[in-house]
Amino acid sequence: MAILGAINPMLSVGLDGDNAWRLADYVKRGGYSALRRVLEGKLPQEQVINEVKKSVLRGRGGAGFPTGLKWSFMPRSFPGDKYVVCNSDEGEPGTFKDRDILRYNPHSVIEGMVIAGYAMGAGRGYNYIHGEIWEIYERFEEALAEARAAGFLGANILGSGFNFELFAHHGYGAYICGEETALLESIEGKKGQPRFKPPFPASFGLYGKPTTINNTETFASVPYIINLGGEAYLDAGKANNGGTKLFSVSGHVNRPGNYEVPLGTPFATLLEMAGGVRHGRKLKACIPGGSSAPVVPAAAMMECTMDYDSISKAGSMLGSGAVIVMDETTCMVKALERLSFFYYEESCGQCTPCREGTSWLYKVVHRIEHGHGRPDDLDLLSSVTSNIMGRTICALGDAASMPVQSFIKHFRDEFAYHIEHRKCLVPVELQRAGSGFFKASV
Amino acid sequence: MDIEIDGKLAHVPDGGTIMDAAQQVGAYIPHFCYHKKLSIAANCRMCLVQVEKAPKPLPACATPVTNGMKVFTHSDLAVKAQKGVMEFLLINHPLDCPICDQGGECQLQDLAVGYGGGASRYQESKRVVMYKDVGPLISMQEMTRCIHCTRCVRFGQEIAGVMELGMANRNMHSEIVTFLGRSVDSELSGNMIDLCPVGALTSKPFRYSARSWELARRRSISPHDSLGTNLTLQIKNNVVMRALPRENEDVNECWISDKDRFSYEALNSPARLGKPLIRIDGALREVEWNVALDYVAHALRDIARQHGGESIAALGSPHATLEELFLLQKLTRGLGSGNVDFRPRRRDFSTDGKRLGVPWLGMKLAEISQLDAALVVGSFLRKDHPLFAQRLRQLARKWGKVSLVSVSADDPLLPLHARMAVSPADLPVALAAVVKAAAEQQGKPLPAGVESVTTCAASQAIARSLIEGEKSAIFLGNAAEQSPYAGQLHALANALAELTGASCGFIGEAANSVGGHLAQAVPTSLNAYEMFARPRKAYILLGVEPELDCHDPQMATSALRSADFVVALSAFADGAACDHADALLPIAPFSETSGSFVNTEGRIQSFSGALRPFADARPGWKVLRVLGNLLELPGFAYETSEQVRADITPLAEGFVGGLDNGLRESALSLPGKAGGLQRIADVPIHFADALVRRAPALQKTRDAAAPAARACAATLARLGLSEGATVRVKQAGGEALLALVADATVPPDCIRVAAGHALTATLGEMFGAINVERA
Repeated sequence: MAILGAINPMLSVGLDGDNAWRLADYVKRGGYSALRRVLEGKLPQEQVINEVKKSVLRGRGGAGFPTGLKWSFMPRSFPGDKYVVCNSDEGEPGTFKDRDILRYNPHSVIEGMVIAGYAMGAGRGYNYIHGEIWEIYERFEEALAEARAAGFLGANILGSGFNFELFAHHGYGAYICGEETALLESIEGKKGQPRFKPPFPASFGLYGKPTTINNTETFASVPYIINLGGEAYLDAGKANNGGTKLFSVSGHVNRPGNYEVPLGTPFATLLEMAGGVRHGRKLKACIPGGSSAPVVPAAAMMECTMDYDSISKAGSMLGSGAVIVMDETTCMVKALERLSFFYYEESCGQCTPCREGTSWLYKVVHRIEHGHGRPDDLDLLSSVTSNIMGRTICALGDAASMPVQSFIKHFRDEFAYHIEHRKCLVPVELQRAGSGFFKASV
Repeated sequence: MDIEIDGKLAHVPDGGTIMDAAQQVGAYIPHFCYHKKLSIAANCRMCLVQVEKAPKPLPACATPVTNGMKVFTHSDLAVKAQKGVMEFLLINHPLDCPICDQGGECQLQDLAVGYGGGASRYQESKRVVMYKDVGPLISMQEMTRCIHCTRCVRFGQEIAGVMELGMANRNMHSEIVTFLGRSVDSELSGNMIDLCPVGALTSKPFRYSARSWELARRRSISPHDSLGTNLTLQIKNNVVMRALPRENEDVNECWISDKDRFSYEALNSPARLGKPLIRIDGALREVEWNVALDYVAHALRDIARQHGGESIAALGSPHATLEELFLLQKLTRGLGSGNVDFRPRRRDFSTDGKRLGVPWLGMKLAEISQLDAALVVGSFLRKDHPLFAQRLRQLARKWGKVSLVSVSADDPLLPLHARMAVSPADLPVALAAVVKAAAEQQGKPLPAGVESVTTCAASQAIARSLIEGEKSAIFLGNAAEQSPYAGQLHALANALAELTGASCGFIGEAANSVGGHLAQAVPTSLNAYEMFARPRKAYILLGVEPELDCHDPQMATSALRSADFVVALSAFADGAACDHADALLPIAPFSETSGSFVNTEGRIQSFSGALRPFADARPGWKVLRVLGNLLELPGFAYETSEQVRADITPLAEGFVGGLDNGLRESALSLPGKAGGLQRIADVPIHFADALVRRAPALQKTRDAAAPAARACAATLARLGLSEGATVRVKQAGGEALLALVADATVPPDCIRVAAGHALTATLGEMFGAINVERA
């Protein structure tokens, strides 16, 4: 089963199992009708972009930037090569939605990219696929071959005179290559390190040409916007938060997996769809948007609806829609240690605050977790995070700092207890009970 | 764009950065990764400043200026950001400045005084980075000190043209490495030592031999290639401890080549000649100066009396100072001889007496960056002229179309517009093809003499680039000047320049390749080749080592052996001079004498001695003056080198006059097809003059590897030889045993055998017929 549950789905409609990804199935579901509508109806580029603007589709990769606005930044009249790039380098801990879109519905991404290419006058696209999901890369290549054979890609698509070629490119698993300019560097065959901005990709992107980069889910949503119309798509969600969204629910829930719900669905509903907290335990906290989003304590989280604005009001970010659920058995120090290790490990090493700061953060949190904390460590951590945030080339420095700040802010007592007593506030037996590795004990 | 920095107004062009504006108003913004000659990386984050209306501090080096922008470089926000970055830089950096070689001249140390804390908050374990061995010049022993600014990486990519260092791995485990442990071999590599803001990359020969504050700094000029690189010599206890670049944007910018940087080691060589030597009963004996000078003066006078002045010949080094060369020719002419020259590697002197002026670059060095197209003829560009090549590289990276017509397809590490690599015997034909293509494209009459050549795609592309370029230039390199067809190449280049509107000039082989002409060290009788082809009774050698420096070393050596009397004015007591010289007079190298060099653009640069001469060595001009006095020649009453210079030119600095590459009566005629194998002789960069040959670190580089016989696969197949074999290379009765190397850059039917090396000193002319057989 592809998507474990859905409310008013779009992306996951008709995806019943592993066999519906092929072109024939996609066309049966109404696939490529949006492309036909655009190309055969000779829709002006402006109108396509307007439709996307009206839908208030916000970037599904994490930043939530309005897609239509991003497309309008592209200098359409620029002579020469322009590129459309799909960011399928899904590396954020907790996020696993793009993988399923590419696995079960790859043609929606292809169709969305061709429409995007048309709207922005780009003749070439790349889909940069995360290095660890090789079978997905292979499947996408197959889907590309199908689309080429059927004339949805290549020269003179559907007899419209519009040419668009799309290539799959797989990375090698570096988290940083999900940062759009590092991704461009990686496609160019260089070491994946973010570029300093400005200039932005819209003026100086892939191979120095105007480039627009969107997330996989963003592109996959485009055909539905064209088919439904921008306003209808917006109405499927909530004001300023158009459409439905895939949420990757993981952690201490009974049915972890991907769920498609309209933006604005209450968190409680999503939690219920995922089978509720495991073993009926109490919810302790939730990271609502992937590991870089600030953690939200249970009470505040239960008040939220799943959309950009509500989560933001709760002091966190919807991010990529990766909902990490933590129950009462979780030691927050240990959880933060693991997160900090990830960012320490994945910092690209280019700029000073992130390279040095992430390792410092990890070492201090590691020390606290292992009973060597010092009284002033918490102040040190918050001072180091504030020295990292806003001082780096890309957002990884912020991403590494926000969990540290939010964990300490909301669960300071646990950290203080750790430092003072050199052990966890949450009893070790309880932690083991909640852990998958110690199932026998409870 | 108008912008306000710390309350001061600045006006910068569109696209300028805050850093540019700050430099304009004299506001100092701390930085590490930023360097004016390198691309912007914005990775150290030290230059964060506060910009009005920006929520976050912005890097000054990378933030473009917008109109009306207000910048605060020392506001609380800015200083807090800068201090935060400094703390991060220091957490993994060893805090042991007293034992670091960079201590005292370290940017991190300097800025840590202003922005670092008194004590570290970092209590965790520090990063340790393994040392790397990257060759004899750069020490990467202490890579733990690296702060990842990537200046060295960007230098390689952008200035040296080859990415030899890169940053591998990620996060705090990032480290600067060479590709799979290779060495750093660029001829400009030493600049990375200067660029490194910390003690990570240090000079292998210099490290831990002196502290920067113990060193006296003296201005000097490089005696090597024709660029006239400005140097700072750093001296402790009357010993040159190291050479550093002295910035001169119009000459060497802020770079120097490794040859300029590390050749100072030769100044402290154990082979330095410290006392005059004269041959008594077959053996060289140390004598006092007055004895040696009397001996030399008598010998020269006697030979001039017995055999006539013309039985004496004098050969000066093109690396000698203007004053030395002037006095050498004056002395020789005083003895009644017109046999004086300073161009030992030249073969064809047909333009002597036909030149309209002193041959030179034809333009200013600084004007290279404004060219649209350039053609270099007959040059091993990078190795002959590292920094000149660097200027062309920057041009080619921007917009310039740089083409090469040469005798090998060496990689110049710059994007080429077109190239022709031909046998030395075909070089005039190849250039004539460009002339013909230019005439055809311009619809102008074909110059007489080039009708028979056929043009090709490359020659047409080259001609087109020269014609289309608003400013274009033709440069004749060392191989073109050393070629047996040098005169023809000169005439062809002039013809091409006239057809295309390009300027034409010579890159020049050595520090005084222009100056020697001004000093009149050119023959009125036998030239540098003829003086050995028709052996003389006596030879005066000034700073040259004919067995390595001459076009035909074998012929020069045998002439010196059979001469009655040879006096060598030399800084060194080793080499073949010990065999053939009857008197060795110790003269001071460039660092220990005052003098002048005139570089390829005609810029005269005078310098003083940076330190006292070694032992009993004396400045060459003084030795020649005293010899003149002893020989009772008129006009040798000089008391200072400035007085000597005043007899040559009224200028102490600036540009000399009389430069002109024009030729009287220059008929074009092309050589016939040469049969058989042809020799191609390059002069390897670290064997080109007496100093570099004796610089130990340079001699350990890959550029100083022993010469091999190189040929392309087709030639090898035709000869029935295979790579790796030892072969007997024969030329003019001499022979050498060399390893055979397959080298695709060598044109067919040619064998590349380097000159300037003891292994090949037994061979004949640099270009000409050569035989190879299995040893």
